[in-house]
Amino acid sequence: MSLLDSARTDTLPKLLQRNAEESPGAAGIREKTRGVWQTLSWADYNDNVRDFALGLASMGFARGDKLSVVGDNRPQLYVAQLATQALGGMSVPVYQDSIASELVYVLGHAETSVIVAEDQEQVDKALSLKDKLPNLRLIVFDDPRGLWSYDDPVLRSFESVVAAGRAFGKSNPDFYAKELAKGQADDIAMIAYTSGTTGNPKGAMLSHRNMIAAAEAFIEVNDTKAGDNWLSYLPMAWVGDAAFSLGMALAGKLVANCPESPETVQRDLRELGPHAMLAPPRIWENMLTIMQVKSGDASPLKRRVFEHFRALAERCELKRTDGKPLSVAERLGLAAGELFVYGPVRDQLGLRNARWCYTGGAPLGPDTYRFFRSFGVNLKQVYGATEASALISCQADAEANPNTVGRPMPRIDIRIDDNGEVMLKGPNVFVGYFKQDEVTRDTLTGEGWLKTGDAGFFDKQGHLVIIDRAKDVGKLTDGSAFAPQFIENKLKFSPFIREAVAFGHEKPMVVAMIAIDVQTAGTWAEKKGLAYTSFMDLSRKPEVAAMIGEEIAKANATLPDVQQVKRYLLLNKELEADDAEMTRTRKVRRRFVAEKYAAVINAFYSGAKQVQVTMDITFEDGRKSSLTTEIAIHDVVAGQPARKAA
Amino acid sequence: MAGASAQRAEALEGDNQLVVAGVSKKFGGVTAVQDVSLEVPRGAILSIIGPNGAGKTSLLNMISGFYKPDTGRIELAGLDITQKKPSQIAALGVARTFQNIALFSGLTVLDNLMLGRHVRMKAGVLSSVIYWGMAQKEDIAHRQVVEEIIEFLKLQDLRKQPTAALAYGLRKRVELGRALALDPKLLLLDEPMGGMNQDEKEDMARYILDVNQERGVTVVLIEHDMGVVMDISDRVVVLDRGRRIAAGTPDEVQRDPAVIEAYLGATKGGGRT
Repeated sequence: MSLLDSARTDTLPKLLQRNAEESPGAAGIREKTRGVWQTLSWADYNDNVRDFALGLASMGFARGDKLSVVGDNRPQLYVAQLATQALGGMSVPVYQDSIASELVYVLGHAETSVIVAEDQEQVDKALSLKDKLPNLRLIVFDDPRGLWSYDDPVLRSFESVVAAGRAFGKSNPDFYAKELAKGQADDIAMIAYTSGTTGNPKGAMLSHRNMIAAAEAFIEVNDTKAGDNWLSYLPMAWVGDAAFSLGMALAGKLVANCPESPETVQRDLRELGPHAMLAPPRIWENMLTIMQVKSGDASPLKRRVFEHFRALAERCELKRTDGKPLSVAERLGLAAGELFVYGPVRDQLGLRNARWCYTGGAPLGPDTYRFFRSFGVNLKQVYGATEASALISCQADAEANPNTVGRPMPRIDIRIDDNGEVMLKGPNVFVGYFKQDEVTRDTLTGEGWLKTGDAGFFDKQGHLVIIDRAKDVGKLTDGSAFAPQFIENKLKFSPFIREAVAFGHEKPMVVAMIAIDVQTAGTWAEKKGLAYTSFMDLSRKPEVAAMIGEEIAKANATLPDVQQVKRYLLLNKELEADDAEMTRTRKVRRRFVAEKYAAVINAFYSGAKQVQVTMDITFEDGRKSSLTTEIAIHDVVAGQPARKAA
Repeated sequence: MAGASAQRAEALEGDNQLVVAGVSKKFGGVTAVQDVSLEVPRGAILSIIGPNGAGKTSLLNMISGFYKPDTGRIELAGLDITQKKPSQIAALGVARTFQNIALFSGLTVLDNLMLGRHVRMKAGVLSSVIYWGMAQKEDIAHRQVVEEIIEFLKLQDLRKQPTAALAYGLRKRVELGRALALDPKLLLLDEPMGGMNQDEKEDMARYILDVNQERGVTVVLIEHDMGVVMDISDRVVVLDRGRRIAAGTPDEVQRDPAVIEAYLGATKGGGRT
């Protein structure tokens, strides 16, 4: 029976109340502060939500009002969201690293009346926007640090709201229970603003039904137990965090753990040893890089042991995926490796307790993927979208595969549209975009099918395979299909390439702009004895360009002839969300980049060897400056890769 | 003993946290400080500025008890501390940082800060041996104080790092943390921003203001960056060749002809760092 069938469990704050009644003493949410993991039991968690909700109510927060949280993952910010929902309001989490001008759009569009800010930095941003936000009545801060001289009347501390709530609760003893009972499954729980690769962000309205249905479906097909730990380190404004840290945590009684600070995530991860883990590809790649660097720094004996067992593990993993049996020697080797290498490595990475791990959002390089699988990390792919409450499909343990995104989750129907677009229908499909009916009609068909905007197909096994964003798939002048992301992902599998943007729609050939990975490319340059001062300097070294050329040639070897990258250049700065070149979730805003670098793209096809580029740079505080430089354009030398890729 | 005198200090507390009256100090034939007086109201930030060799650090050393003045008197909250030992003065709530960072470079950030709690620790060797539980309980209480400081100075990710491995600006911050661990009423900072870049200076200025406002600590500061001094100080005292040549609010001092002359003269004479 679904949780949604009972009026006692059909909203997120009601689920919290259930958890507090059924397991009052069990851990509900945890946060590391002052070096110690501090636990709130389900009962404490529920009390906090109740008191904060009563505090908001005493200050005039009414049903349908919107509250925004902005900051790193903190229990108080989850409490604030649930308190809002308990009062029939909507939570609107926003990205903590947004600059003020981005925030003002979302907060204004969402008609936010209360902002709960983590600290001084966020309070400053909120205060600077106060005059542009007519609905804003209250700014609540969690950490009072540095706020001693602030006397703006809209400011309140989190504790003072809780205290007001306790007082209000004394004189209105059954207020909270009544408000909670008014909540229904189809009320809007949150408005999740998608950072959108084009245009302004859109606010996807997700109901309690959406979020609970998605959580239930995910729990059904994944091994989760009450009390499992989960590290809540991904941005709170990203719907995936809401799906896990709120939806699944409440539905399945999992414990959300908030790290001490963004800088300590890796260490906190290891201390905690969560039972499950979700991370975008760049974090997996980063972990692999750290392992490689550490093994490189180890003593020769240790390094040789590591390399030996790593090679063995990868060999066995390949055999396993091909369905071939392992020899006795290999089995013994793996057992020894588990003791000396694989187990300790998993422990170092904080994955010793993880029963399953997911990667999603973008494809993960097959080498990285194989490394983790072979070291005994149950890494699988998940696919989702904000409009589908974060979750659409995932892989079963036995069917892990880097090339697919698995099977649709229970109760979700997927069909492929005539033009190849992935469409889905299910209880997790969102209600619509907030105040954007026209866009909603474009996205949601009359029969309730959601257009994901992704082009994909089902493979023989019945797994969904995603190729690219449907609207990005274009044609080269010779008529062959051009899927930029597909090509870019192949390029980005190189450790030296951080970002790549491929062009080719209605053009005779494929070209690419590359942003190098300054860490790996920098290490490479140091080993070659190349001195460099900055990202820009490094990206202008001809040796680096030649090295990247070889990397592209390697990627080309895995691509059909017409899809191969023929010319490329190295950008002299990283693509930045602050410059609007990427979304806050680090997806390239292709159209914006194409416009911004129009001169570069023309130069690619005119055969020029050099191009002059003027770039606007936005600093963190919103200041802008521009920079004009010459960037060299290189040709990929065909058939000259150092070693042919398989 | 220290506890008893601290209590007395509290009872005697007047409006001034620190009073320096007619203090002089000679090293052989060189007069480092000559007849300098100053008053630091409780809760204020007072900066001591002046060209190189003006006697700023010597004055600070006399306040913290490293040097004994030849003449004059130093009072901490009404209590005469002129002849007290540095450890006694520290126990009265005076903490300091040094111009050249003086941390234990082999120890971690956490251990350096815990050491700062040392004067506040009561369990001696004997009681630690005989009754471990009490010493452990005390240790936990001190750790709590130190963790608050770690959070305050945003050092969470560096807890277990040996200080030798830290960047210069961070080491300065750790040194401030160690001074704070003493739970001071009066904080003496000797060039806390020396050798820092602009960002680090701004951060440090922020921390000093927060220490002053949130923790209610009186601050005496030696600093060369005039921008910072004028921004954060309530009062400024100017020394030149051991003498006090001006005192007042930042505005008053900036307009004082004696100050302008001392500074221009010093620049001609080889400059200051």
